[in-house]
Amino acid sequence: MSADSVSTTDSTTVSSTDSTTDETTPHHGGIFSTAQPSADKTHPVLSARGLVKTFGRVVGLDGVDLDLYPGEVLAVIGDNGAGKSTLIKCLTGALVPDSGEMRLDGEVVHFKRPQDSRDAGIETVYQQLAVIPALDIASNLYLAREERRPGPLGSVLRMLDKKGMKERAGKAVQDLGIQTIQNMGQAVETLSGGQRQAVAVSRAAAFGGKVVILDEPTAALGVKEGNQVLEMIRQLRDRGLGIILISHNMPHVWDVADRIHIQRLGGLAGVITPSSHSMTDGVAIMTGAMKLES
Amino acid sequence: MTATQSTAAAEFARRQQSPLQRIQHVLHGYPWLSPLFILVIAFIAFTTLNPRFASPSSMGLMLQQTAVVAALAIGQTLIILTAGIDLSVGAITVLSMMVMASLAQDGGMNGFLALLIGLLLAVAAGYLNGVLVTRLNLPPFIVTLGTLSIFTAIALLYSGGSSIQADHLPGLLNSLGEGFGPRGGFRLTWGVVAVGVMYLAVGFALSQTAWGRHVYAVGDDREAARLSGVATQRVLLTVYTVAGLIYGIAAWVLIGRSGAATPNAIVDANLNSITAVVIGGTSLFGGRGRLVGTLIGALIVQSLQFGLSLGGVDQQFRVLATGVLVIIAVSVDQWIRKVKA
Repeated sequence: MSADSVSTTDSTTVSSTDSTTDETTPHHGGIFSTAQPSADKTHPVLSARGLVKTFGRVVGLDGVDLDLYPGEVLAVIGDNGAGKSTLIKCLTGALVPDSGEMRLDGEVVHFKRPQDSRDAGIETVYQQLAVIPALDIASNLYLAREERRPGPLGSVLRMLDKKGMKERAGKAVQDLGIQTIQNMGQAVETLSGGQRQAVAVSRAAAFGGKVVILDEPTAALGVKEGNQVLEMIRQLRDRGLGIILISHNMPHVWDVADRIHIQRLGGLAGVITPSSHSMTDGVAIMTGAMKLES
Repeated sequence: MTATQSTAAAEFARRQQSPLQRIQHVLHGYPWLSPLFILVIAFIAFTTLNPRFASPSSMGLMLQQTAVVAALAIGQTLIILTAGIDLSVGAITVLSMMVMASLAQDGGMNGFLALLIGLLLAVAAGYLNGVLVTRLNLPPFIVTLGTLSIFTAIALLYSGGSSIQADHLPGLLNSLGEGFGPRGGFRLTWGVVAVGVMYLAVGFALSQTAWGRHVYAVGDDREAARLSGVATQRVLLTVYTVAGLIYGIAAWVLIGRSGAATPNAIVDANLNSITAVVIGGTSLFGGRGRLVGTLIGALIVQSLQFGLSLGGVDQQFRVLATGVLVIIAVSVDQWIRKVKA
């Protein structure tokens, strides 16, 4: 557990700039007002202790510990079958661990469904671009969290506040510093792969109060678009969010991560940093060719 | 270097749109424009051929004739938007109609109660389709192909295959066939009004509520919708159930329209409702289309029938023309879907 100080840069300056003008509309339920995650960098925002998950006789997770601090990018790497996705699924509630404890902001949490983790402030960006091509950007950002108009139009007729959502979506994307998407009324199918991923990431960032989990966010993208996504990850990190990045792309991991959690054979092989170990070392630990003394 | 490149690229982006591409773009945003265009053309053509086509009385009559198929096409639109299809439209309608009529026949049961039971039966039938599609995860085509036979058989068994004339039915069941407006002029029935109200209500739900957005999302990419937090199974179940209710109301309209409850009343309802939806610009692949397009589509099918029959064209040629129109409509849809950013 070394070098917490690698990149805890300038999040204190960021947190005060926004979140002032957005609160005028009484109707929206705190959405997009998530600019101030826990500023305390000494306590993990998300931590797991002794997670075990078995599938029949197959051990998927063999007592894994994980700590994620606010304002850091924690990469999770590992060979196929090392338990990366099982770990992530336990963290997001897609799977329920057999034993072990998870804490979010110090509070013990038990996620039974993905919606539970989402409600608690953990957002996930999936590999397979979970956006709806036919809907516009604002609709995608607000999908399954639509806001209704105030008054009887909203409560009785259940009418959507389209204009308000579009405005708030535009503001949120601007606040996130994401420049690749501009026009909130544009249909997502007219966007490039990188822009679509930007929509998915903005959605996660805007709603994810505390933690954003990105599962192979650059796998489907070209070089330039992949770099745009990495830039977005840095921006989110600098805003104080805790970010877990699952990736097979070692250059990307070494480029953006603050710490690297290496899974091997269902267990935790070790946590390194890009400055303490080279990429070759990381791969060696991942494959078992090298052991990490702790 | 980069600056000149980007302006050159911007220049290229501005230049590249041919008129055809621009049309493609507009149609992509407003898929109901091309059917509207066809409807206007048909209207002008038929009026020039026979001025009687545009007379107020024949317009009113045409709306009355369109009402039932237009109503069924609402439910069909909802289901096709979710990338499904409903082959049991006609069967549910006939079953609901025969049950309503048989129960209330010759003062057997209070008309209101009979109507309510008929409507509930249609809702239950739609719900059954929905359960089979969501819980058993069967393709909608197969589910509704099966329930088409099941509901048709039940309707025939229940009614004994015989029809019930209007004078054996209570006033309430016939009421949607009653009209208003001058005789020989523009005359509408309450059935037309009921169908219009259904279009407004469902159109509002589709375009203005979260449920409507979710219908589009589920049809466009079900897995992405699920990952985004949309309760996809529940959306599908409500779509099939609401469709059932619409078919039930259509059954009521149909009794008024045909002045009887006949087991083989709307044999071609399945295909006509799908035709109206497809001509109206809704994509069979789901997630794309507008309800107003369906209304236009139903009007096109009917005006083609009506106009060609006014012109003395044989029935078979009218069917043929409808078929050609369907193929053109689907080709246009495929072309629109290839739109570039």
